[in-house]
Amino acid sequence: MNLVIIGNGITGVTCAITVRRLRPDAHITLVSDESPYHISRPALMYAYLGHLRPQDLKPYGDWFWAENRLELVQATVTHLDITRQQVQLRTGEALPYDKLLVATGSVSRFQNWPGQELAGVQGLYGLPDLERMHRDTHGVGQAVVVGGGLIGVEMAEMLHSRGIAVTMLVRDTHYWGSVLPPEEAALVNRQLQAHHIQVQYSTELAEIMGDDAGRVRAVRTSRGQEIACQWVGLATGVTPNISVAQESGLETDRGILVNEHLQTSQPNVFAAGDCAQHRQPASDEVPIEQLWYTGRQQGETVAYTLCDQPRPYQRGPWFNSAKFFQLEYQTYGRVPARTPADIHSFCWQHPNGQLLLRINFREDGVVTGMNTLGIRQRHAVWDHWLRTAAPITQVLSELGTANFDPEFYRRHEAAIVGQFNQQFPQYPVALRRRKGLFSFS
Amino acid sequence: MDSTLPLPTPPLPTVPATEKILLTIIGLGLLALLPAAFAADAFQARVSLYVAMALVSVGTLLWAARKFGGHPAGVQQDNLWLRSSTSRGSIAWLTAIVLTGFYVILYWFSSPDEQGNFGLFNNLIHALDPLSQTLRQRPADQWFLYGTFYTLAILVMGGRALWKYRHSPYQRIRTVSVMFFQLGFAYLLPSLLLAFQRPEYYFSYFWPLKYDYLFPGTVSYLLKDGGPGLGVFMVFWGAVISILGTPVLTYFFGKRWYCSWVCGCGGLAETAGDPYRHLSDKSREAWRWEVRIIYPILGLIVLVTVLLWLGVSGMLPAWATTSQPSSIGLFNNLSPVDALSKFYGFAIGAVFSGVVGVGFYPLLGNRVWCRFGCPMAAYLGLLQKHFSRFRITTNGAQCISCGNCSNICEMGIDVKQYAQRGEPIIRASCVGCGMCSTVCPRGVLNLENGPREGRYQASQLISAESLRILS
Repeated sequence: MNLVIIGNGITGVTCAITVRRLRPDAHITLVSDESPYHISRPALMYAYLGHLRPQDLKPYGDWFWAENRLELVQATVTHLDITRQQVQLRTGEALPYDKLLVATGSVSRFQNWPGQELAGVQGLYGLPDLERMHRDTHGVGQAVVVGGGLIGVEMAEMLHSRGIAVTMLVRDTHYWGSVLPPEEAALVNRQLQAHHIQVQYSTELAEIMGDDAGRVRAVRTSRGQEIACQWVGLATGVTPNISVAQESGLETDRGILVNEHLQTSQPNVFAAGDCAQHRQPASDEVPIEQLWYTGRQQGETVAYTLCDQPRPYQRGPWFNSAKFFQLEYQTYGRVPARTPADIHSFCWQHPNGQLLLRINFREDGVVTGMNTLGIRQRHAVWDHWLRTAAPITQVLSELGTANFDPEFYRRHEAAIVGQFNQQFPQYPVALRRRKGLFSFS
Repeated sequence: MDSTLPLPTPPLPTVPATEKILLTIIGLGLLALLPAAFAADAFQARVSLYVAMALVSVGTLLWAARKFGGHPAGVQQDNLWLRSSTSRGSIAWLTAIVLTGFYVILYWFSSPDEQGNFGLFNNLIHALDPLSQTLRQRPADQWFLYGTFYTLAILVMGGRALWKYRHSPYQRIRTVSVMFFQLGFAYLLPSLLLAFQRPEYYFSYFWPLKYDYLFPGTVSYLLKDGGPGLGVFMVFWGAVISILGTPVLTYFFGKRWYCSWVCGCGGLAETAGDPYRHLSDKSREAWRWEVRIIYPILGLIVLVTVLLWLGVSGMLPAWATTSQPSSIGLFNNLSPVDALSKFYGFAIGAVFSGVVGVGFYPLLGNRVWCRFGCPMAAYLGLLQKHFSRFRITTNGAQCISCGNCSNICEMGIDVKQYAQRGEPIIRASCVGCGMCSTVCPRGVLNLENGPREGRYQASQLISAESLRILS
């Protein structure tokens, strides 16, 4: 099999590695114009912060690709010739394929703001964006970040490390309003305050204003306020990168349309990761998933399809994680920003305002999801509880087994269960099992 | 890949005025070492040395309080790879040269002559006489100078580490532990023993790191000079910990019980060496060299020890234990077995562990000796790999391959190779400092002691790549 993969992100690379395992004889080529080697996109900020060097962004050593016979081509793809089964490159070269995977990821989504083309205005998605940000934030005193999501807070942290004064414009009434319930957002807000980030909630960007040199000098907000700044970060989300697929005749909507085996509308052409849109997403799931984790899972699923061992894409219980300045966040299962009427939501917070644990459960007691801030939780345990529809009484009584904090950290299960029993006496819980340095179980 | 991932070098944030003032205090302290080393007047030299130690200590502690305490608690390593001092820049080279030079002078140009003159460090050593008299009831020597500076470095930089890692109970307790063992077991207690006319003995160092503690010469000396009670206890303590205590403790807690909680070399690496931990080489080639070097050193010290005992028990042929002239000064008038022992002491004990091990902190990282040279680490490592409950667990599929864990690993383990495959990390070299877990932004890594069954079991939530990634 001659497999060509467009994109060397986590989806393309996971697919390549999985296909190599399933089909040792396959000829595999990865094409990308972003970087010669696979890089970890979530790590980009750490290169800016100076925690890592640029070469540390590579999850695998350079020898890895040759030793596993994964051919890397750095080039821009201009067209997919589906009838002749080849990929047209800007260099004029054409790569023939038996099977093709389109894993082109996303592009930053802007909303056609006046002035968004000015110098010093950008999003943050890939390596070229990081290079620009490195360059354009030199000597900057004030910056504005538009968007209250994961990338927005990352940008704020990056700028803060350079001593740049940051103002964040957040459309919702609280941070990450589409995902986080207000209590969680309040803890994140405390982090923003502690790091002197000015946040304006319920505020949108109206206009970006430039100077004579074509460089940003200020923004105007939806409230009419003018904020002087020399750099603007647009962190208002991403959208599937489908331009080549679209003009090459693949059926698209917001993303490239795929079935549960990640096949597109064209024979021998597949799509996975950020750029793919599921025609029939499972109930309660979104058609376009734009996470590192889902990219990895889709890359693996499509590899099985490519190797004629198709198995439908099944993501399993949702999970995600992030870090907001010094505050770690993990989530397992579903915790909507607004708790549905038929769901109980139990939320425990430490008085120090830096720890939070929320568990959602149905009337019949079955746990549907959890959020945690500042307390590490064991993925395997929560995955098991969610898959087996464990009741809240079991989850809370065994909560200690899910703790993943390092040794000697204070444990809070007793306080959590105590508060729960007060709040929900109809689901009585007795705390069992502790994890600790001297546990020999 | 610098050529293929070109990122412009950004300017560093300016140093705040308070930090500058505190750095000035440290600078003045270092300057005061000059009169301490060269002043003709003994009183002047003495005062200068104590002023130097006070200024450097107070300045460093206040600077750390300002630099780390001035920010919300958490992972603080901004600009680590951008600053010259911590990224093998000019300041790092300068620091390495000064440290290396200090060891060279200490080992080879500060031995006392017949008049009690300690060579190049004579002034500094005599300036410590009052302290040495108080603690040990005898004048200072070059090793007292070394021990004093070493302990001060661990205490002061330990204070810095406590500020920096104050959000992590594991790091706090561990740092206090290495400070305690250095001050109590490796400084005050040996001094006290000398004050009572007993052999100077370090209860926190063991064979094969402190290799001579199981050499026949040291054993007989301890038994003789330590007296029937104490001497026997010292020999017993050393032998029991080396042979019995080490396997048992390593079985339950991993190598870390010693390397990052007790050991003095580890103590210095974890405190004074903390700014350099990311400099260790993570490449596959470096790992190969590690294996090639550290196990032969363990083999060599076991061989030397066995030969020495065979020699004293008369089981070796006469030529092996008879003194012979040699054209190499180091080995002149030594028997072949003694020459081998002397060679080990010079090449491994002095050059590797001291000059390279500490002198090269700012260039090669803070654990060069522990990773490539220490026979105790090799011994503990074999136990940890094959006979221990310790492992670093990875948390399901939460890894984002960001590489902060690999970056911070002072032992040069490419931690993310395991984390991104959902595999537990079981490596002979891991000293269990816990930094990978501390810096992980997604809560993926955790140091755990658990049952040995299924110790290598990878997470079911991520498909192990089963490709050859690590040799």
